[in-house]
Amino acid sequence: MAKRIEVSDLNIYYGNFLAVEGVNVSIEPRSITALIGPSGCGKSTFLRSLNRMHEVLPGARVEGKVVMDGQDLYGGDVDPVDVRRQIGMVFQRPNPFPTMSIYDNVIAGNRLNSKRMKKSDTDELVEKSLRGANLWNEVKDRLDRPGSSLSGGQQQRLCIARAIAVEPDVLLMDEPCSALDPISTLAIEDLMAELKERFTIVIVTHNMQQAARVSEQTGFFNLNGVGQPGRLIEFNPTEKIFSNPDQKATEDYISGRFG
Amino acid sequence: MSTDTQSAPQLSEPQPGPVRVQRKLPRFAPLGLFVLGIALGAALSAATGFSVTSTVIYGVILGTLLVYVVTRAVEGRRKATDRLVTCLVTTAFGIAMIPLVSLVYTVLDKGLARFDGDFFGMSMFRVVGEGGGAYHAIIGTLIITLVATAISVPIGLFTAIYLVEYGTGRLKKAITFFVDVMTGIPSIVAGLFAFALFTLLFGNSFRAGIMGAVALSVLMIPVVVRSCEEVLKLVPNELREASFALGVPKWRTVVRVVLPTAIAGLGTGITLSVARVVGETAPLLITVGLITGTNLNPFDGRMATLPVFAFYQLTQPGTATQAFIDRAWTAALVLIIFVMALNILARLISRFFAPKTGR
Repeated sequence: MAKRIEVSDLNIYYGNFLAVEGVNVSIEPRSITALIGPSGCGKSTFLRSLNRMHEVLPGARVEGKVVMDGQDLYGGDVDPVDVRRQIGMVFQRPNPFPTMSIYDNVIAGNRLNSKRMKKSDTDELVEKSLRGANLWNEVKDRLDRPGSSLSGGQQQRLCIARAIAVEPDVLLMDEPCSALDPISTLAIEDLMAELKERFTIVIVTHNMQQAARVSEQTGFFNLNGVGQPGRLIEFNPTEKIFSNPDQKATEDYISGRFG
Repeated sequence: MSTDTQSAPQLSEPQPGPVRVQRKLPRFAPLGLFVLGIALGAALSAATGFSVTSTVIYGVILGTLLVYVVTRAVEGRRKATDRLVTCLVTTAFGIAMIPLVSLVYTVLDKGLARFDGDFFGMSMFRVVGEGGGAYHAIIGTLIITLVATAISVPIGLFTAIYLVEYGTGRLKKAITFFVDVMTGIPSIVAGLFAFALFTLLFGNSFRAGIMGAVALSVLMIPVVVRSCEEVLKLVPNELREASFALGVPKWRTVVRVVLPTAIAGLGTGITLSVARVVGETAPLLITVGLITGTNLNPFDGRMATLPVFAFYQLTQPGTATQAFIDRAWTAALVLIIFVMALNILARLISRFFAPKTGR
């Protein structure tokens, strides 16, 4: 299930613009890795390059290696669609499919790929995924209602249920709580703590308390100035980052003396 | 017009509140002033020989002036400008409504005379005087429009999907440019194109409904492309990304996520583009022409269509002139009903297929 990701010498481009430069990092399985840093420093870009969502944008490309369990995800014979089936993603804004019910949203990954499933298996998968996303009790009586009828926090948990229903190895989360209130945030943080038993989780967050609360490893991204590429300044266990970081820039950012 | 219940702002007050108190006209004063202006206009018109047109023109100008001047005197400059613009905008709306109302009224008035069972049940086969109907033309219009839609919708929809989902660089720009050019093609040119095409392919004497359908398609495709493109652009990119992130290939994302999300807008756009071509006359005049009997086969022989039917009834009345003119008006009325029905259908489509957001 959960897998290790090794990133070496990763350069990420938008057209000719070098957005992120020289990232070397090893992401541990069955743990939560947080990425922090100021806006525009390339955290999300880096995250999206891990499951080849980066190249969806026109002109975007990547140099370097992302290796998951010995396989280079950017190898010539690797289909990006297969990569994304193994590395799921949750976005900043909850984005359930508006044309589908809650039930259909959960199994969207299977249904959109026209995978044939028995009705009983589907029901089981929906319940398992919704329970996994801590949403089952709230929606079990209205599975046929549209996904957009839920509240923002519920929608985000629906999106998590949708992502874990395809049984990925890794779950990427791009600021999953930034549009949510503290209570929904807490629900999703509890959920992450449960999910890390089964998945490798990478989360981008602007909330340093959140990074400190949930993650085992933390990476700090920064950039020297506008137009300069972002870099991974420091990657260490979360405790170390928040108590005794190696780099001055990290300490400045965490203690609020940044910029 | 001002009332004496309101008092002037007391500037000498030592500590005025944060909001300035202003004198106000009573609520119905602006409307009343405008009506007064119209009355004055009527009087002015009566002085120079009364007519409705001059009453309305004088009245609107005087009413607007009156509202502006009084408001300016009582409430100040900002409110006066607000009222002035309100008057101008309302007048512009009124002017825009005149042709529409007048047209609908005239067509109803003259068209209802022959709006009967015979008109929908009979063709003009062996009818030279009174009686007869437009059964053949109604069926012809339906068949030709249907064939034109069957040609245009796949081409237009796929072009729009290409432009929004796949197209990049020069090819996309070129297609967009040519679609824009096609939007402006005069309908007679589309008719000549279809005529020339089929003459080259099948010889000089070939006539069939399909010629008209092709001509209408030339007019319809750019409209379909444009409206579908706009609708597809409205589908949030987040939904595409959500689908990609689940490991769904691009083509399945387009078919199963983008199109269902946009279905309401697509249906509306396509229906309105049908409404756009259903009343085209010129291209049908030079391609399919007119016959008096019913022809159900769009691939062989001339066909009658409502616009061309109306045109010939009006320009070539036989011995019973009034009967021909009546039929022309009724044909026009039926066409308007078609277009209105298509518009209503478009609204229904957008209501029923819109993504449900209700809690």
